[in-house]
Amino acid sequence: MTHIERRTQAYDWDDLVQEDRVHESLYTDPAIFEAEMRSVFGGTWVYLAHESQIPERNDYITARLGLRPLIVTRDNEGVIRALFNRCTHRGTTLCRFEKGNKRAFQCPYHGWNFQNDGKLRGVPWPDGYAENPAHDAKFNLAQVPRVESYRGFIFATLNEAMPSLSDHLGPIKRPLDEWIDRNPGGKIIVCEANRIKYKGNWKLAYDNSGDGYHVLYSHRSLLETENRFQDEATEKGMSYYKNSPDEQPMYIQYMGNGHHFKDKRPNLQPRTGGLWAIESLHPGMEHVAEKLRSRFGAKAESFLDLAGSEPVNINIFPNLSLLGNHIQVFQPISYDETDTIWYGTKIEDVDGTMGPDVLNDINTLRMRTQEGFPNFGEVDDVTNFEQIQRGLRCREDEWIYMNRGLDIPGRIKTLEDGTLKGPATDEVFMREYIKEWKRLMKTQPKLTIRREP
Amino acid sequence: MSTTSLSRDPARYSYYVDDAAYRELIADFHRIRTEEPTVEDPAERDFFRRLVEREARLLDRLDFTGWMASYADECFYWVPSTPNGGDPRSEIAVMFDDRRRLGDRVYRLSTGFAWSQAPSSRTVRVVSNVEVFDCLNADQKLVRSNFMINEFWDDETRVLAGWAGHRFRRYDGKWKISAKQVNLLQCDQCIRNPSIIL
Ligand code: FES
Ligand SMILES: [Fe+2]
Repeated sequence: MTHIERRTQAYDWDDLVQEDRVHESLYTDPAIFEAEMRSVFGGTWVYLAHESQIPERNDYITARLGLRPLIVTRDNEGVIRALFNRCTHRGTTLCRFEKGNKRAFQCPYHGWNFQNDGKLRGVPWPDGYAENPAHDAKFNLAQVPRVESYRGFIFATLNEAMPSLSDHLGPIKRPLDEWIDRNPGGKIIVCEANRIKYKGNWKLAYDNSGDGYHVLYSHRSLLETENRFQDEATEKGMSYYKNSPDEQPMYIQYMGNGHHFKDKRPNLQPRTGGLWAIESLHPGMEHVAEKLRSRFGAKAESFLDLAGSEPVNINIFPNLSLLGNHIQVFQPISYDETDTIWYGTKIEDVDGTMGPDVLNDINTLRMRTQEGFPNFGEVDDVTNFEQIQRGLRCREDEWIYMNRGLDIPGRIKTLEDGTLKGPATDEVFMREYIKEWKRLMKTQPKLTIRREP
Repeated sequence: MSTTSLSRDPARYSYYVDDAAYRELIADFHRIRTEEPTVEDPAERDFFRRLVEREARLLDRLDFTGWMASYADECFYWVPSTPNGGDPRSEIAVMFDDRRRLGDRVYRLSTGFAWSQAPSSRTVRVVSNVEVFDCLNADQKLVRSNFMINEFWDDETRVLAGWAGHRFRRYDGKWKISAKQVNLLQCDQCIRNPSIIL
């Protein structure tokens, strides 16, 4: 048992996480953070990367599992592996670049050379060792024992007892499938990112991921900006939050295992072009719309919808959030620092129905629609996250409440598949995901690594 | 150059952001990125240095009206997310604005509800190493400069450093910024509160 495990074993988790509130130490205690980096970012399936980032054999991308630096690679046989980016000699990182294509990684410190399946291929002057390290499996790179993909999304866990990724995702797969399949051929390609750091705990972002209560207030500057032209026929963006959001058809659904889903699609007109109609204003949109409409007539709307921001938040515990067309990843740095990476996605013309011209126009527009929210929305949210972290320095005021919607008869419905459905501003998803968090923190899953034999 | 009809006013509608405009942007900034500057005349260099310095001053003063007026009607403001600039048609940029989106940026800050800028950052910008490129069109110049933006916000002063490319165009005898590319050193890293205009 590690030092941190011993220390946090004494914590009374049922006292820290109650039905309607959590203790501030969940966000401010460095020991809890260290324990999370094991029990959560290690003990459950954690998102690492998308397969489109390593399309070819020997492609790699560096990533993190909690704080552990990893090399996620598609090895020479095509197997996707998550190698510890840690030399087995004295521990330095082997790879310091973000991405590339390499069959082997030579350690910059003493030159040990590792294949991208983790095997140590050779060391300089092996006669200086009683036994050549390259013949001893204990010197092969450690790797994450379980790495699985779901439709291109690569996850990993150090907990060998976890069910399969597909089972673990469970009901959240339905919206995830719909999100993927809205793109031609169910194909997306990751293409660079908006990257924002904030000085606050990572759970502040996860708490926010399905929060329909903050939109009108935290994003007021965005909503006013999106609707600054009085002559616009349609209210843009998330304007549907303005009037009694809990009475709108949109909803929040808790999907089990910490995952949850905010579905705003029912607010839209169910027609082709309905998504494009509420898209806020972006560079080039009138040009592309005019061009496509004159060329394709009514069919243009279905192309334009592909550049529009899909109005869902699909949140996969603990670090992945799909919203609009983004793949957002939460990367904890310390108890009070987090990176949020908003990867953009583009589409492919899988069956040739679009042609290169339309594809280029739609993808270009899709880049611009995706840049909107991180620039004009997310910056205000992360400022509020940072100010929560500051407010929590008032240690004597100990509790953070997530009781919106609790104890109101008939408000939350349990569906046949066991998921919970409630109105858009309900905090039910927070109360539920934090139970899953508590379960992991209590059970302290056994973590293992693996090496090639 | 700009006699846009009201229904095509670029502050309101975005018709000029087409593939040709993107290709031209990529080519112009590629030139600034890779070629030797051609203008040697100190007076001409000084003229453009002062325009770049003026832009920095307007932004330091939060004079967004003056700043917007220093840009052409059909303009671009581009902060790439990769050190090589990349292709904004197939890659997300940190920021990629046309005239209307610049208007959005400024409007948002004026709402009083832009929490990321309440209170506003205070900045002092230093620009230097100004170099000027001639173009085939006598009404266009390209300018490369280095910058350091010292930004104070929320108890902390930081430096945002990098280099900028400006494309100046002359309209009715007046030089305006037709496009600006801001190359932040940390363009591909997570940046805390990236909400000032660079
Ligand atoms: S630390 Fe890698 S070879 Fe010594
Ligand atoms: Fe938000």
